[in-house]
Amino acid sequence: MRPFQFHCPSSAAEALQKHSRDQKTHYLGGGTNLIDLMKEDVERPDHLIEVADLPFKEITQTANGGLMLGATLNNNKTANHRLVRKNFPLLTMAMLSAATEQIRNMATNGGNLLQRTRCPYYFETSMPCNKREPGSGCGALNGANSKSAIFGWSESCVATHPSDMCVALAALNAKVHVEQADGSSRVIPFTEFHRLPGDQPEKDTNLETGELITGIELPKSEFPDHYYYYKVRERSSYAFALVSAAVGLQMQGNTIIKAGLALGKVAHKPWKLENVERFLEGKEASLSTFEAAAELAFEDAQPLSKNEYKIELGKKTLVQALVRAAARS
Amino acid sequence: MKPSNQPSSQDRKLGKEEEQLLDDLGIFGQSRRTFLNQMSAAGISLMAVPYFTSDMFAQAPKAPDLDPESLLNALEVNLKINGDTYPLQVDSRMTLLDALRERLNLTGSKKGCDHGQCGACTVLIDGKRKLSCLTLSATCKDKEITTVEGLAQGTDLHPVQAAFLKHDGFQCGYCTPGQICSAVSLLDEAKRGEVSYVTENVKDEVTQLSDKEIRERMSGNICRCGAYNNIVQAIQEVHSGKAEMPRWEFATEQELEASRTAE
Ligand SMILES: Cc1cc2nc3c(=O)[nH]c(=O)nc-3n(C[C@H](O)[C@H](O)[C@H](O)COP(=O)(O)OP(=O)(O)OC[C@H]3O[C@@H](n4cnc5c(N)ncnc54)[C@H](O)[C@@H]3O)c2cc1C
Ligand code: SF4
Ligand code: FES
Ligand code: FES
Repeated sequence: MRPFQFHCPSSAAEALQKHSRDQKTHYLGGGTNLIDLMKEDVERPDHLIEVADLPFKEITQTANGGLMLGATLNNNKTANHRLVRKNFPLLTMAMLSAATEQIRNMATNGGNLLQRTRCPYYFETSMPCNKREPGSGCGALNGANSKSAIFGWSESCVATHPSDMCVALAALNAKVHVEQADGSSRVIPFTEFHRLPGDQPEKDTNLETGELITGIELPKSEFPDHYYYYKVRERSSYAFALVSAAVGLQMQGNTIIKAGLALGKVAHKPWKLENVERFLEGKEASLSTFEAAAELAFEDAQPLSKNEYKIELGKKTLVQALVRAAARS
Repeated sequence: MKPSNQPSSQDRKLGKEEEQLLDDLGIFGQSRRTFLNQMSAAGISLMAVPYFTSDMFAQAPKAPDLDPESLLNALEVNLKINGDTYPLQVDSRMTLLDALRERLNLTGSKKGCDHGQCGACTVLIDGKRKLSCLTLSATCKDKEITTVEGLAQGTDLHPVQAAFLKHDGFQCGYCTPGQICSAVSLLDEAKRGEVSYVTENVKDEVTQLSDKEIRERMSGNICRCGAYNNIVQAIQEVHSGKAEMPRWEFATEQELEASRTAE
């Protein structure tokens, strides 16, 4: 690991000031991604600003009946919070499918959103990778791409976003609250938070340099009863997904009133299925409806040389998640 | 050779843990005496148990302060570990795991992968299980750290440690300190009713864990020797409070004889 200066600010304002003054600076949340990448020599910051102990550790009810999740609260505490479990069990399930108890006790909500891809070329500094070193080429495009994207990729990057939490947040229409150095703040809808690679794969999100995530807002609970996060992976625990599906349904009898849907590990960002949500609204819950929904979801898939399997696997994953969500009473 | 400070099995009074352990294993009377003699002749394992406690580790010499010139971005940290405070000067890059092992002689926590992938370095920070290999020492100011060395009370093992011995929850033992710290934390999480990905409905509280729940919650601790079944049994016993017979037992005289004559 390369040398860096460590800073431990006591307020968000101090953290933001510090960040704007120094080049090559990173905030440090739980460190479960950043410290790993620094050990791999992929990240080489000159300054680390610890934010994990900043006072964004609350979960509060918002005026319109939703929740605000503090950015520095850890993943386990968030997932197990009484109000999250009661009103947003889809988020609890997705968060608890990730990593391990130890890692979730460390990982912050803000850091989870900004975790980098698990593309093997990104981790291996002797390999070409536009995300790590812009202009060096994309090793995965015609290389080991069995776990790469099938939607929204570009010639410059075919990586996927690895977070499980973010798939549920996309299905639930969350919003990200951030603060800037001049003291102002802004709110970013979740679908606009992460971006597609285009010709700037080094940028995962639309966050500006130095912006600090302070909270994640969940709108009024819509899917407290019919929910499922289905994660398919190479071993049954402690592994990233090959494909995952987050499903929330609002039902009246057997009729679907509303749906919140997103897929994980198929694109550079959580893959929100807006057209499929609309397709399901007003339909009867049945296997044939769900299979038609899955066909629609993967209509535009563009597989690479080694990941065509993700289409069939993805359809089945989505159908299973829909079946299980609908079957809950 | 037997270490000279260790009394021989005949004249040495057994500790509470040892008595309990042997009771649990169903080794009484003459066979207990034979067993103890065998163990002390071999100078291993069971009899060593009470010596591997915090008392012994607390006497380990404190690392000398490094020449500040040799440190880049040196920081002062007061590490509170197992109830003791260690003022230490560290390079900003030094992980908690390296501080424990390389500077403080607390080598119970193990380095398996150094990348958050195996759980061998698991310690408790403010009562929560975390990975010391991905934790910078600089972030540990004012936090209470418990390592495997701090679990026993004097010669009384933590119930999880005793259960690992009874159920043979290890082979080489490398992953064991991490497994044990992890399991200690798991028991608290269960008391708080926390749920997991395999919980049927995460809206319900779960305080009685099935073996499946224990497996999922322990998946962050990889065991290269594959001692998983015994690890789950050990944790289940402490969690449920229901004593179980270990899956292993000593061969009887007849069985030993049979195996001798078979060859
Ligand atoms: C072995 C292993 C297995 C894993 N498995 C999974 C899995 O199955 N599913 C899954 O979803 N994840 C998995 N993860 C990833 C894990 O969820 C992330 O590493 C974690 O969520 C990152 O959070 P953190 O607080 O530790 O972030 P850090 O590592 O501290 O930071 C990550 C990034 O976020 C930035 N940052 C942190 N906080 C803020 C803030 N408040 N504002 C602005 N920027 C900020 C940092 O500067 C850094 O760039 C795994 C990780 C490991 C090591
Ligand atoms: S897919 Fe993206 S992260 Fe992977 S090698 Fe190509 S540019 Fe790098
Ligand atoms: S050494 Fe920390 S997880 Fe492997
Ligand atoms: S006992 Fe050998 S690795 Fe677990």
